[in-house]
Parts: sequence; structure tokens; C-alpha cells
Amino acid sequence: MIKGLALLSFAFLLGMWTGELLGSFLGIEANVGGVGFAMIFLIFLKEGFVQKGWWKPELEFGIEFWNRLYIPVVIAMAASLNVKSALSSGILAILAGTIPVFLAFWVFKILVKSVKPS
Amino acid sequence: MEALLKLIDKNGLIVAFLLVGLLTWATDVFSKRVLSSKIPGSAIAIFMALVFGYLGGWIAEGEKGLADLKLFQGLSLLGGSMFRDFAIVSTAIGANFFLIRKSGLLGLISLVLGISVFFIGGVVLAWLMGFRDAVSLCTIGAGACTYIVGPVTGGALGASSEVIALSIGAGVVKTIAVTIFTPILAKKIGLDSPGAAMAFGGIMGTSSGVAAGLAATDPKLVPYGAVTATFYTGLGCLVCPSLFYLILNWLVA
Repeated sequence: MIKGLALLSFAFLLGMWTGELLGSFLGIEANVGGVGFAMIFLIFLKEGFVQKGWWKPELEFGIEFWNRLYIPVVIAMAASLNVKSALSSGILAILAGTIPVFLAFWVFKILVKSVKPS
Repeated sequence: MEALLKLIDKNGLIVAFLLVGLLTWATDVFSKRVLSSKIPGSAIAIFMALVFGYLGGWIAEGEKGLADLKLFQGLSLLGGSMFRDFAIVSTAIGANFFLIRKSGLLGLISLVLGISVFFIGGVVLAWLMGFRDAVSLCTIGAGACTYIVGPVTGGALGASSEVIALSIGAGVVKTIAVTIFTPILAKKIGLDSPGAAMAFGGIMGTSSGVAAGLAATDPKLVPYGAVTATFYTGLGCLVCPSLFYLILNWLVA
């Protein structure tokens, strides 16, 4: 279990470091895409391990545990945010959550139509 | 009683596990029994957490929602940026090259289209509502993608807690909207085959919303939609705080 967790931590730190480096390279005070890079590293690491035959269910368990924990973490985060002052512009949350959805339904319809004939 | 309070104070993270577990249990039961699983339990739980965050901010008059109350301070540890980013990275374990290849070009096109549509939609709406700084605009646009991409982007760019809360709110509303409108509009938009479901998952992105919406449309389509939806959050976390932010920063300045 702890070996899987170590693998995840390695990919995480490497990705975050990449994000920091990219941020300073671009001259912004921010971590640029660190989480995304870490995910890519994790996918590649897993693929490499699988091909070498080193991948074991035991490794996956340590990572899978955190995978399952991600919704609970988001719940905890939502409860510890400054919701009160966000609510003053709460109408924006509703608009930004619905209008693009309808736009996307429309884009989907066009995409499916344009692909089907071929 | 005093001993119990001391115990809670000392074990904040453990208390947070208990609180979140209880909330998840309650919302799962509510989702199954009352809404017959039409809206995913996780979306209700996150929505309720935002409500509690509001109540907490109201009672404690602080900036950390419910975590400003001493009893609940562990929530800010469990929901802090370190655990959050770590847990999100771990979700990549579900992806593999076989699935990526299988979903192919249509999947990729739909992912890029989907993230762009939601991001631009969110940014334009935020602009219309009076936001002018690139960090806030980018965070809200990312929140319109999913309730994960929003806080990850906001955290990376240093957005304020209230803008991050707003981005999560937008993402949760999106999940619920996709869940409700997918079965209603499915026929009209040609969502009736595995290939179409893959494109749909890529465009809509929100895994729980897509899964719940497709389940109500045709349960056979669920795995196809889920395949592409899995990549949406990862791709969003990669491009929103980087490429999209740079473009936005350039446009605003």
C-alpha cells in the first residue's frame, strides 16, 4: 500500500515542481498546470510499471484509497470556503452553471450531425 | 463535556472525517429514497456543504465558512489545497492508454470543444457581472467546467476564497443541470449510440452529471460517456491555469 502511495507522491511532487518551474519560466507568480502535469506523470508511471510487469494490486490500493477520498475532500473544502460573500454574486454561479450547459448541448448536436454522414 | 471539547479541538482532521462521512451518508440516502437517484448524492453533498459554509460564515463572521467555528476547524485541513490536489491527481489512476486510444479522435475533439465552450461561457458571464481581473475571470471560467477545475485553478493562481466558492457553486449547478437536462434533450440532440455518448462525455465533462444523466437516458451508454468524461477534469486542470490564463491575461491587459 505505502509503495503505491509513494509512487503517487512522487508523481505529485514532480508535477507540482514542473508547474512551479513553468510558472517562473513564464514570469507568473503561480503554479501553472501542476496538477495536470502530475496526472500525466502518474499515467505514464503506471503504464511503464505495467509494461515491465511491476504493477501489483497492492500498489493500486494505496492510490485507489485517495481516488475514493476525492469527493469527501471536495465536500470539506466547500464547507470551509467564504460562501457568505460569494452569495452576493450567487446569481452568477447559477448563470455560469446553466447557460454554458445549453450551449454545450447545441455544440454536441452539431458535432454529432457533422460526424455521422462520414 | 469540557474533556470532549478538548478532544475535538485536538483531533480536528478526525472530526472532519466523521462530519463529511455523516453528510455523505445522509445525502446518499436522500438521493436514493427521495430523488430515486436522479441527482447524484455527491452533488447534493457538495451543495449542502456550501450551505453549511454559508451558515458557518454567518455565525462566525469569518472567511473560512464552517471551519471558522472551533468545532469544525478540521474541515479546512481536510479540504485544504494539499489534500485536495493530492486526491485529484490520484484519480488519474483510472485512466489508461487503452481507453485513451479507444475514445480516439472524436473523444479528443469533444474534450477540447467542451472545455472551451464552458470556460468561455463562464468567463463572459463573469465579465458581464462586473469581474475584470484575469485571476477571478479564469477561476470562474474554470468553475464553469467542473467544481474541481475551478478551485484547482483558483488555488494555483491565488484567487480569493469567495471567488473560489463561486467557482464551486457554478460547477455544482452545472452537474445538476446536466443530470436533469440530459434525459430530456437526449432524443433531440441525437444522443443514442455509444459513439455519441463518448462525444457527449467529452463535451459535458462532469463525470457524476454525465453518468447520472446517461443512466436516466439509457444505462447502456454510461460507460462510454464516463470514458471521455474522466479526462475532462485532468485536461481542465492542465489548460485552465496555464494556456487559458495566459490568453486571458493578455486579453484583459
